[in-house]
Amino acid sequence: MQIPAAFDYERASDVANALALLERHGPESRVIAGGHSLLPMMKLRLARPDWLIDINGLTELDFILREGDQLRVGALTRHTALLESADVAGLFPIIRDAERVIADPVVRNRGTIGGSLCQADPAEDLSTVCDVLRALTVIRGPAGQRTVPMADFHQGPYETAVAQNELLCEIRFPIRPRSGSAYEKVERRVGDWAVVAAGAAVALSADGTVDDAAIGLTAVGLDGTVPEAEAVLQGRQPHEDLFAEAGRIAAAACDPVADRRGPVDYKRHLVEELTRRVLRRACARAAGAGQG
Amino acid sequence: MQISMKVNGDDVSRDIEPRVLLVHFIREVLGLTGTHWGCDTTNCGTCVVLMDGQPVKSCTVLAVMADGHDIRTVEGLAVGGTLDPVQQGFMEEHGLQCGFCTPGMMLTARALLDRNPHPDDAEIREAISGQICRCTGYATIVRSVQWAAAHPLATDAAADDGAAAESTAEEVTA
Repeated sequence: MQIPAAFDYERASDVANALALLERHGPESRVIAGGHSLLPMMKLRLARPDWLIDINGLTELDFILREGDQLRVGALTRHTALLESADVAGLFPIIRDAERVIADPVVRNRGTIGGSLCQADPAEDLSTVCDVLRALTVIRGPAGQRTVPMADFHQGPYETAVAQNELLCEIRFPIRPRSGSAYEKVERRVGDWAVVAAGAAVALSADGTVDDAAIGLTAVGLDGTVPEAEAVLQGRQPHEDLFAEAGRIAAAACDPVADRRGPVDYKRHLVEELTRRVLRRACARAAGAGQG
Repeated sequence: MQISMKVNGDDVSRDIEPRVLLVHFIREVLGLTGTHWGCDTTNCGTCVVLMDGQPVKSCTVLAVMADGHDIRTVEGLAVGGTLDPVQQGFMEEHGLQCGFCTPGMMLTARALLDRNPHPDDAEIREAISGQICRCTGYATIVRSVQWAAAHPLATDAAADDGAAAESTAEEVTA
């Protein structure tokens, strides 16, 4: 039987209270939201906080709001809510693509977007999604609120820009006209971590050429996006040869390790093929999209 | 720590350690052993209970996190001695062999039908995709849920009413 080591527990009433509790209980306190990463780690003693600060009551962080040229998503938004949101599906189909393959429906009822990003597992899907959508994270702490782009959010496996006495509150996705996005993952079985996954977001110019492209890879040792592969698309008309070239560059740029999910060659092959597929789908979606 | 919640409609209140998982609280503190404890790693789904109507894996929820919430376990599926259509469906269509996964399967099925009274087979398979059955190959589970969808209780309100529950029981066994 797996039971976490003993800890003390306190329920936060709002964001200010959560920050005060983190400050009061110090470095050995951890925030818990859905708990579907933290509790398994606590059972295995990979994490052993003295205090858990439960933020599930912070309904102010549970929202999906379209506001001007951005979609604002509260950190406590559950995976299920993201999967079922019409705004998300319309604006950022990549989020829907990814949410469909994150864990399973029951886990998605509990897990949150903020928890996924803060866990920062190298095989975590939403980090790649937020990278390619060039999302901004909104972090609050004792000194107030700051905005950190995804490019600076991840600081390595399981490490983020969120300090121990801070709380990730919101993720903001810029809405762009004529844009499209897609995500595809290869997993050994339903709900497993990715063997490899790829995500792409593309914005087209009025003449149909690529104005901006972002490519992200999951579980192959890359932080952030793949600028070398993105560059070949810039200013060009979307075309199968272009997707293939970007796929080859991405496969060369990544740094997978052999493990029980497969050897390096196999993972590079997946990167090449998945990059091509998500670019193809993202461009098709962008071509079909209106002015956003 | 003192916690209070509703379990199958009853108010319960206990003093527990924060590290107690909801599955153990339900089984060992409340004695409701219909909820099974399986893999302990959020994979198998036999520990699924409904929390405010939504399926959750109770091996990965702290009991203190359920404080103030509404919990429904397999013991709460039958109402007034009448089996839930999902339970009846598992009987009619042989939705179980060993029965270990069944409590979680039935609760997920109940939550699915509450939201989507007429799911297709793919939707049922998607709903139970986080739960493992090693006996049936899932085909009979899907058929059981379809049986339940085809034999709904008249209405929740009617089910609470004695006379209506009786006529519903006839429908279910017909």
